[in-house]
Amino acid sequence: MNLNLKVWRQDSPQEKGKMVDYQLGGISEHMSFLEMMDVLNQQLIDNGERPVAFDHDCREGICGSCSMFINGEAHGPVKGTTTCQLHMRSFNDGDTIFIEPFRANAFPVLKDLVIDRSAFDRIQHSGGYISVNTSGNTQDANATPIPKENADLAMDAATCIGCGACVATCKNSSAMLFVGAKISQYALLPQGKVEAKERAQNMVAQMDSEGFGNCTNTGACEVECPKGISLTNIARMNREFLDGSVNS
Amino acid sequence: MSTLDGKIPAGPIKDKWTTYKDKVNLVNPANKRNIDVIVVGTGLAGGSAAATLAEQGYNVKAFCYQDSPRRAHSIAAQGGINAAKNYQGDGDSVYRLFYDTVKGGDYRSREANVHRLAEVSTNIIDQCVAQGVPFARDYGGLLDNRSFGGVLVSRTFYAKGQTGQQLLLGAYSAMNRQIARGKIKMYNRHEMLDVVIVDGKARGIIARNLVTGEIERHSAHAVVLGTGGYGNVFYLSTNAMGSNVTAGWKAHKRGAHFANPCYTQIHPTCIPRSGDYQSKLTLMSESLRNDGRIWVPAKKEDAQAIRDGKLKPTEIKEEDRDYYLERRYPAFGNLVPRDVASRAAKERCDEGYGVNATGEAVYLDFAAAIVRYGKEQATIKGENNATESRIRELGKEIVKAKYGNLFDMYKQIVADNPYETPMMIYPAVHYTMGGIWVDYNLMTTIPGCYAIGEANFSDHGANRLGASALMQGLADGYFVLPYTIGDYLSSDIRTGKISTDTKEFEEAEKHVKDRIEGLVNNNGTHSVDYYHRKLGDIMWNKCGMARNEKGLKEAIKEISELRDDFWKNVSVPGGAYELNQELEKAGRVADFLELGELFAKDALERNESCGGHFREEYVEKSGEQKGEALRDDKNYAFVSAWQHTGVPSEALLHKEELQFNDIELKQRSYK
Repeated sequence: MNLNLKVWRQDSPQEKGKMVDYQLGGISEHMSFLEMMDVLNQQLIDNGERPVAFDHDCREGICGSCSMFINGEAHGPVKGTTTCQLHMRSFNDGDTIFIEPFRANAFPVLKDLVIDRSAFDRIQHSGGYISVNTSGNTQDANATPIPKENADLAMDAATCIGCGACVATCKNSSAMLFVGAKISQYALLPQGKVEAKERAQNMVAQMDSEGFGNCTNTGACEVECPKGISLTNIARMNREFLDGSVNS
Repeated sequence: MSTLDGKIPAGPIKDKWTTYKDKVNLVNPANKRNIDVIVVGTGLAGGSAAATLAEQGYNVKAFCYQDSPRRAHSIAAQGGINAAKNYQGDGDSVYRLFYDTVKGGDYRSREANVHRLAEVSTNIIDQCVAQGVPFARDYGGLLDNRSFGGVLVSRTFYAKGQTGQQLLLGAYSAMNRQIARGKIKMYNRHEMLDVVIVDGKARGIIARNLVTGEIERHSAHAVVLGTGGYGNVFYLSTNAMGSNVTAGWKAHKRGAHFANPCYTQIHPTCIPRSGDYQSKLTLMSESLRNDGRIWVPAKKEDAQAIRDGKLKPTEIKEEDRDYYLERRYPAFGNLVPRDVASRAAKERCDEGYGVNATGEAVYLDFAAAIVRYGKEQATIKGENNATESRIRELGKEIVKAKYGNLFDMYKQIVADNPYETPMMIYPAVHYTMGGIWVDYNLMTTIPGCYAIGEANFSDHGANRLGASALMQGLADGYFVLPYTIGDYLSSDIRTGKISTDTKEFEEAEKHVKDRIEGLVNNNGTHSVDYYHRKLGDIMWNKCGMARNEKGLKEAIKEISELRDDFWKNVSVPGGAYELNQELEKAGRVADFLELGELFAKDALERNESCGGHFREEYVEKSGEQKGEALRDDKNYAFVSAWQHTGVPSEALLHKEELQFNDIELKQRSYK
């Protein structure tokens, strides 16, 4: 198939970027979206131009590196899918495709489609852990049974890949789905309960200081999340946060 | 050639690690605060090591090329992690895990290391649960297990098909706690490009800041490489696009011996390639072989009809199907180890029974499992007269709960529904058992330079069993290295801060800068990918699932020529001091072009077949084992550790003789 691509090009964080048009032919419907980008980059290199920089690594939908805003949607038109797992069969011959980076004040563009998501790491530093040292002497893994339902819910929350689609999608650039997922995972497990209140306070404070916006319950984040992280996690975060605020 | 000393502690195998821990030199807490350790790579091995060393009090500097340590490629591991917990009461024990791993590795691993691995395996599960890793549980709230290839017990712990993700996020969380305390200084988007040796010891690294392109000097009292495997030397593999050998290769060129480079795992269940544009291959977890049955048509004309699109697999009658693993290996059936399953798939496809357009695919079929689970559920629910479609509906729910995310992934990539029609699979490069040679302390032949996880060679011999990579990564990082490194660092407590303002750092930095400038100023005609693909073709065709003397000799010559051509004609757009992904790739491919040659040389020198290393000349010619790998224990029960001398194919061979005192060497039979 033949495509008209409109790709965000920006040389550095300081420079102003712009959309640039590219014509691309010979694309197979079996290609992944990133393989289509590989073809574009090969064409650019062959023409002596600079290839488009974009983050990608596992290409299996799990590392969370890829982060393209495609035709106005985080990770493109298919639900529950990362950019790397999106295939060209979702597009038609002759389509015009807009490709932009995930945009948020807390995610500055480094180059072209590559953004800086270190704010997510800093939120995790502020409380995304259970305080247990490696000793080899923790209690036996089966000493504390955990109801399957809670274990499954914790697992559902823990499947977040930290890609930032929720932030890019939210009109307020809120990171609450991301933060809520981590807080929920630990709050649902007895091991994480001990520090649950403090964790919620610290992570929310860090989230705010990074410049992420608030949640106004539009639910767009849940719709665009490639891993289907539920909005319930935000409610659980708010409960933990409130609990910590009034009972501290 | 010399003989290498693995520094294995004396005494009975069951006591070696305990005795070692009792007698090892320790560093007191006040002194740990004055000691710096560099950890390169933040996967399961590097991440867990960085966190644990920081907890102990060392000052850790951790490096990863990704934008966050959470994205290291351990994240993509699917199926599970082994541990000898024997929660299922099915006869498991530390000894049995040890035995299975040594046998699974085709008797080419180091007994003492494997026993230690089996011993600490149980601690890993305890530790991870304490960290909040949400392993799968049964309705009683206790941990669930499943079975993996090459074993007769259920000892694999899992978190859906995302076990690697959950374990890595556990290690990442432990790191985050130490980053917050200032005990780990994290360098994201940094790539190690050389190791710096001062007075014969590893004292630091040269790293490139991948955002600014700046070349940085970092010093430490020890350097730990947890930098993963080198499967991408094949271009197409299940590894992440960025997975590379560079850190290990730089250490090799500075004096670390590289062990058994030819031991590569070709994983049997991957999604077949679909075209020349393909950038990577995707694994379908081995856990699927718990329930999926592997087959090809028994008649060549049926296979041809399928390839021509005239016949569907569901239209082939049961008696016209060849469940070749169940036929050839009745004891282990579909759960034979990976090397065996891969070769069997290749054999069927080479004979003309392959099922997709390229003729390179076999079926992995869940129809029987769906019916079996469906009937079980119907009984539980008291639906004694359930119709066939109701049974299938109930069965699909169970299969979905077990493997849903894998089925979804398959559907997205292939656009086919594996609940209704069998999956198509074919072997692909997945894991490298070879790596930097280390002794029992996990120290390389460079004093103060350690290699852990997939980056080293020690635990998996010539073939790794499923769910053992995660176990080894975390064992090394959480429970082994933090002990062994103290023994070395205990003599460094009076050294003080290591200066980066020395001639050794200057020389290494200049070496790195010269090479980068050579690449960006080359103005050649071919892209980096052009060379990487060509290298991959040579590797796959001549160093892949089956190897022979003629092909390996050709490979050595062709790779050497390709490398010369690369340095003359590669084109790297952009500059050295900016975010430049083509430059990153160029450096990695340049190193693969050297490693590939050593790989072929190693395969050529090993005149036997063992595990993932299958030489066509060395096959059982007759009897029950006809067609199976023919090992030569008399002449090849050793580790090949290669010393760099300049040209890869002229590397110097050192041998570590493998002693098997606790396990009898015998034919590895899964029949």
